[in-house]
Amino acid sequence: MKPITLIFLLLLAGAGLAGVEYREFANPEQQDAYESLTSELRCLVCQNQTIADSNADLAADLRRQVYEMLQKGQSKEDIIKFMTERYGDFVLYNPPFKSKTVLLWFGPVLFFLIGVTFVILLIRRKQTRPPKALSDTERQKIRRLLDEGDRS
Amino acid sequence: MLKYLIPLVIFIVLGVFLAIGLKLNPTEIPSPFIGKPAPAFSAAKLDNPEQKLTPADLQGKVWLFNVWASWCTSCRAEHPVLNELAKQQTAPIIGLNYKDVREDALSWLNQLGNPYEMSIVDPEGRIGIDYGVYGVPETFVIDKKGMIRHKLTGPVTPEIVQQTLLPLIAKLQAE
Repeated sequence: MKPITLIFLLLLAGAGLAGVEYREFANPEQQDAYESLTSELRCLVCQNQTIADSNADLAADLRRQVYEMLQKGQSKEDIIKFMTERYGDFVLYNPPFKSKTVLLWFGPVLFFLIGVTFVILLIRRKQTRPPKALSDTERQKIRRLLDEGDRS
Repeated sequence: MLKYLIPLVIFIVLGVFLAIGLKLNPTEIPSPFIGKPAPAFSAAKLDNPEQKLTPADLQGKVWLFNVWASWCTSCRAEHPVLNELAKQQTAPIIGLNYKDVREDALSWLNQLGNPYEMSIVDPEGRIGIDYGVYGVPETFVIDKKGMIRHKLTGPVTPEIVQQTLLPLIAKLQAE
């Protein structure tokens, strides 16, 4: 290889290294745990991204923290506990079920039930309304129309 | 009449909820640390890397723990406020120099004044993670027993000093 080509390729390698984090895992389970954890934890700087998606400095630090804890053999639960102790439940994209989050979990069901009840009530009211009794003039009008129809 | 009133009431209730929701600040995340002991650390001092500081050294004092960095623009905005607060000598301010370069940090303090009784360094942001830091600057108020009693995210303003920090420090010192 020509020296100039080598230099060029080495320059490219630097750019590649800068953008990508290399992580080596002891086993596939550990890699799975890493991937699922980083996509479950919220980046607190850019709140609509997970730490796996985010380029923020803090997200990179938290990814490193997750990786190191996994390397030490800590479980997913340990890591989630570690993160919530420091950043609160807000760090979890999947909020835990607690007295404080009852409305969050059951709110949609509640609203759905309210809607369904409303619709049922509306339909029932329409169905059970008895047909209005016809007045005498209306009866006469109907009779007349029917008679006219017969004649033609 | 009721037919028109019910949708109106629903609309107003919804409107009020949405208006409140708009005014909430999503970057203010409730800290899980309030009332919990300040996480332990042993970190090198900024001006003297040989010496270390741990929170236990400050036992018996009410102190402020301020996370700052020379790269942080909001820290520059809050700096004069901290300088002013330090002059009043109500409580020592300990700085956590977060993910910074020592030389940059030292020249920053030289230039803008040093409100900190001392600063410790956290070049990799590990102490920051232990304190749940997500937006520099942040300020913790820690009581005599080493419990975190209050946390501020974002720059300290003169209003926050007058309305929150000074009364809280006075209260904690009386405890």
